Amino acid sequence: MSQIINDLGFVTDAQAFTFVEPDHLAANADAASVAIDLPSDASADDLAQNLSQLSAVRIDFPSFADGRGFTIAKRLRELGFTGHIRARGHVIADQYAMARRSGFDDVEISDDLAARQPQDQWLARANWQAHDYQSRLKRRA
Amino acid sequence: MKSPQVITANALLEGDAIWLTEDDRWTRDMAEAELIEHEAHGAIRMLFAQSQPSVAVGVYLADAKPGANGPEPTHFRETFRTRGPSNYAHGKQVELS
Amino acid sequence: MYSYNDFDEAFVRERVAQFSAQVERRIDGSLTEDEFKPLRLMNGLYLQLHAYMLRVAVPYGTLSAPQMRQLAYIADTWDKGYGHFTTRQNIQYNWPELKDVPAMLSALADVGMHAIQTSGNTIRNVTADQFAGAAADEIEDPRPVAELLRQWSTDHPEFQFLPRKFKIAVTGSSTDRAVTKAHDIGLRMVRNDAGEPGFEVIIGGGLGRTPMVGKIVRDFLPKADLLPYCEAIVSVYNVLGRRDNKYKARIKITVHENGLDVMRDKIEAAFAEKKAQFDGVDQEMLAEIEQHFAAPAFKTADTSGYEAARLANPAFRSWTDTNLAAHRADGYSIVSISIKKHGATPGDATSDQMGVMADLAEKYGHGELRISHEQNVILPHVHQSDLHAVYSALRAADLATANIGLISDIIACPGMDYCALATARSIPVAQEIAERFDELKLEHEVGPLKIKISGCINACGHHHVGHIGILGLDRAGVESYQITLGGSGMEDATIGERAGRGFSADEIVPAIERLVLGYLDLRHDADETFLEAYRRLGAAPFKAVLYPSDAKADAA
Ligand code: SF4
Repeated sequence: MSQIINDLGFVTDAQAFTFVEPDHLAANADAASVAIDLPSDASADDLAQNLSQLSAVRIDFPSFADGRGFTIAKRLRELGFTGHIRARGHVIADQYAMARRSGFDDVEISDDLAARQPQDQWLARANWQAHDYQSRLKRRA
Repeated sequence: MKSPQVITANALLEGDAIWLTEDDRWTRDMAEAELIEHEAHGAIRMLFAQSQPSVAVGVYLADAKPGANGPEPTHFRETFRTRGPSNYAHGKQVELS
Repeated sequence: MYSYNDFDEAFVRERVAQFSAQVERRIDGSLTEDEFKPLRLMNGLYLQLHAYMLRVAVPYGTLSAPQMRQLAYIADTWDKGYGHFTTRQNIQYNWPELKDVPAMLSALADVGMHAIQTSGNTIRNVTADQFAGAAADEIEDPRPVAELLRQWSTDHPEFQFLPRKFKIAVTGSSTDRAVTKAHDIGLRMVRNDAGEPGFEVIIGGGLGRTPMVGKIVRDFLPKADLLPYCEAIVSVYNVLGRRDNKYKARIKITVHENGLDVMRDKIEAAFAEKKAQFDGVDQEMLAEIEQHFAAPAFKTADTSGYEAARLANPAFRSWTDTNLAAHRADGYSIVSISIKKHGATPGDATSDQMGVMADLAEKYGHGELRISHEQNVILPHVHQSDLHAVYSALRAADLATANIGLISDIIACPGMDYCALATARSIPVAQEIAERFDELKLEHEVGPLKIKISGCINACGHHHVGHIGILGLDRAGVESYQITLGGSGMEDATIGERAGRGFSADEIVPAIERLVLGYLDLRHDADETFLEAYRRLGAAPFKAVLYPSDAKADAA
């Protein structure tokens, strides 16, 4: 089992998706809403043509030290993707604000990790919109 | 095993060099360390050392040799770790004496 | 000088609170050492051979007098009464305990400083020309853009877990005092044909295991496009950079393996999109930051006393000959305070010395200090009528060594006296070389000569770009020193060539002595520097003096 975390903490009623491999996309070219799993070495630009088919993208974090997922999520948002983006794998509480600021909606971690880093440690970062240099440098408040 | 070894690490709280003793303590004086002569025993002792993440950080086996007062380092890096820097009288060279 | 606004202040306070909690969570087991390590590194905390080490950022090398005093206070309160200035314009404390680090960070926040991103696989402290805002040869003061880059890179959510560390340097002058060609991104301020200021953007420079001189990816980047362009570079690197091999993870390898043209195309494509995300507010903020860096109110005063003192006091004259640089304001000089007394540890200053330098900055230097990548401290704005007073006070504090740019002004990394990654010591080699040439009373005759020493292949001591570089290695359990020749870290950046087999700890200082005495014989005249002679003659005659028995064998 796994635990989904958003700004409200550990949630049980997070939006449910059936995630499939990206190669299902071509096969389901007409599908209105496909949810896909992306590995951390995927390129967001390869999905540029398919964004309207997608309801959700779940990006893998094989290790918390692999920060590619942040740029992939950011890039999907830059390409105009407005669906759900989830981070799954080894993400630690200290990265929650980074994930949210990069465009993720929520984070999915293993129960083991959830036991070691309980909800309060994630809620401590629910204020991810505060103290954010980058948004301040980009857009007028 | 080519050379006898000791198990060493840095202390989580203070950061200084520490060595594992035969009676499961961590010592700041290498001479008190357990000198490990057999590889299989070394593996068991490493498991024990690694199970103490709240005391010891970066546990590893370092080559050593028996000396008059206990194990002694064989490589210059390990010698510096028992002593401290060479540009000031700081660290173990003053703390242990 | 920049001073924190409410946002910066709240940000660093929040960071201190977060780090305090992370320390507690490490101690209570919520965080494993593997997870804690990148977090402590993000806050400048290393675990070294004998202790933790806290690396504090001195952004673009600029300090105020109260900040310098606070650095002294921290050294006295939680360390052993000294600090070490590094080649990245940081200061390192070698002996903190884990539990004290949050208090140290809090003390830094009190004076608008932090240790954020001085380590880890993230964008590091942005460095700049140490003479910025004072140099006679400057196009514009690079510090406002360096501050803008500091704010942009701080806690950047996409770039905290890059493939490897990422270093940016900026210079505002055609004389490259910031080693921009040895950085992941080097920014050189230039003007276009219309006279507008912008940047030549260099990427993929770096020393370390595979030293490379950076390549120009953009000839002219308008100043206003700096942030989106840098964001484009780092985002391309974040996905393209290798993560399978730590030694191939720096952007220099990404550029090398993908080619500059591919990189440029990707960067320009990303830039087009990034640019649209900035609505111009960054330029308004830059304009505000620029106000903080307005030049001080320079004074006019009679300088005849200075000239008279120079004539009357040979030691003072010698110091003014070596330790001053040309200032852009009439009657002013830039003073370099040597932190390289013969026989002392390069870059180490005691808390008392820091206090003296802070006082001098306040009394005679419009309140400003700088740290140079050459590990010296600069008083950027001193009127010549005050130079003798400054010199006298420095002498009393053992800070008046007249050796800037000379053979004893050695860059040396901490090496195996402190650093966990080291393969040999560097400090004792620097100490012995400086003492030896002081004994020989030759260093003024030898003239400009940069010796740079690293204690391992990571090259924090910039040995590849030393006129003479020394790299400490572990050869079969013995310290061994490899010499490189002919490097330069200036605008003519060059990676030095290996001279030949290494020297033992006992042999290295005599080898350097042979090399330098050999140069005195080889040079055209007293005006030809070591580097010029090397470039004219090539490596062969220098190798012959380094390895006399080989030369004999060849002749036989
Ligand atoms: S060059 Fe090597 S020894 Fe020197 S400070 Fe860097 S990592 Fe440490």
